[in-house]
Amino acid sequence: MSVQSNVEVHSEWGIVSARQAGRNLAKELGFGGVDQARITTAISELARNIYLYAEKGEIVLEGIEKKEAGGVHRGLRIVAKDQGPGIKSVREVMEDGYTTSGGLGAGLPGVKRLMDEFDIDSITGEGTVITVVKWLR
Amino acid sequence: MQPSVIEMINSYRDEVIAQWKKEITQVQEGEFNHTVPEAVFNETNKEFVELILHTLELKQNEAKEHLRSFTERLIHTGWPLSYFTKGLQVFRRVLLELMTSNDALPSKKVYETFSEVESWIDGIINQLVDEYSGSWENTLHLQKLALKELSAPLIPVFEKISVMPLVGTIDTERAKLIMESLLEGIIEHRSQVVLIDITGVPVVDTMVAHHIIQAAEAVRLVGAKCILVGIRPEIAQTIVNLGIDLGKFSTKSSLRKGIESGLELTHRKIVSV
Repeated sequence: MSVQSNVEVHSEWGIVSARQAGRNLAKELGFGGVDQARITTAISELARNIYLYAEKGEIVLEGIEKKEAGGVHRGLRIVAKDQGPGIKSVREVMEDGYTTSGGLGAGLPGVKRLMDEFDIDSITGEGTVITVVKWLR
Repeated sequence: MQPSVIEMINSYRDEVIAQWKKEITQVQEGEFNHTVPEAVFNETNKEFVELILHTLELKQNEAKEHLRSFTERLIHTGWPLSYFTKGLQVFRRVLLELMTSNDALPSKKVYETFSEVESWIDGIINQLVDEYSGSWENTLHLQKLALKELSAPLIPVFEKISVMPLVGTIDTERAKLIMESLLEGIIEHRSQVVLIDITGVPVVDTMVAHHIIQAAEAVRLVGAKCILVGIRPEIAQTIVNLGIDLGKFSTKSSLRKGIESGLELTHRKIVSV
C-alpha cells in the first residue's frame, strides 16, 4: 500500500490544501473523527511553520504499515520539508511557550502531543525535515 | 499582411476548411465533446474557422471587435480555452502544410509566408488568451469581494448581546477583519457580551487560537465580555493536546448555552409564558 500525496506550501492556501489532503487520507485509512482532527491540526501547524519561517516547502503524506506481533499496524506519516533557515535550538522550540514570531509557542510541542511519533532534523542554514506518524488504533 | 499572401491563403480556402474540420474533430474526440451536442459543435467549428479567415479581410480594429464578441459569447457558455488554442494551432499547421506543398514556391517566399501566418495566428491566440484571463480575473475579483463580505459578520441578536458566527478557514487576512468587525460592532450595537461561534471552523490550530485570544483580549479592553461557543468535542481535544490556554475567557459548547449565559450576565433570562 502506498498512497502518497505531496502538497507544495508557498502561500496560506497551501496550508489549506495540505490540510484537506491530510483529512481525506486520514478518512480513507479509517481514522476516527478525533484523530482526523488531530492529524489535520498537526498538518496545519507544520505547514504554517513552513510558510512562516521558510516561505516555501512541501508536505508529504503517506499511508504506512508496520508488522507487529498483533498483526499489521497501519498509520499515516507526515513529512514536512523545507530549505529554510533551520532551527537554531531544537531543544528550545520543543519547550512550551517558546516563540520567535510572537505566537503562542505551542506549535511543535503541540504536534508532538497530537501524534504518536515525532522526529525532527534541522541544520542551520540548510533546512528542516520533520517526520511525524499517527498509528491507527 | 502582404496582399499576395492573403490571396494565396484565400486560394486554399476550401481545402483548408475541409482539412481543418477533419483534424479538429480528431483532436476534440474524447476531450470535451461529451457534454456538447454534435450539431452545436459543428456549428461552432464552422463559425470559428470562417471567423479566422474573415479576420484577414478586416482592418485590425474590426477584426479585434469581431473576435471579442465571438469569444465573449463562448466564454459565457463555458467553452474551454484549449478549444481555441488547439483549434488555431491545428489551423496554422494545416494551412502551412497546404501552402508549402507547392514545390514551385521559392524558399524565400516560403519563409516570408511562414512568418506572416505565424504573426497573424499568434495575434489571434494572444487576444483570445487575454479575453479569457480577463474574464477569469474578473470572476476571481468578484468572488474575493463576496468572500470578504461574508467573512466576519457581527449580528446583534438581543439588546447588548451580539454573535459572530465564523465559518471556514481563518487566515491572517480574515483574522484582521474579525478583530476590526468585532470592535466596530461592539461600539455600534453597544454590546456587552459577544459570542464568537466557531462551529464552522474546520481546524483550530495555534494560529487560529492565538487570533481568538487576541480578539477576546481586545473585546475585554473596550469593556465587553467575550464567550467562545461552538467548540466541538474533537476540537476541544486537539486544543488540550496543543496545550493552548483558553482560560482567560469563558467557553460554552453551543450557541444556545452561550446566549443563556449572555442573558444572565446582562441580568435577564428567557421564561416560558
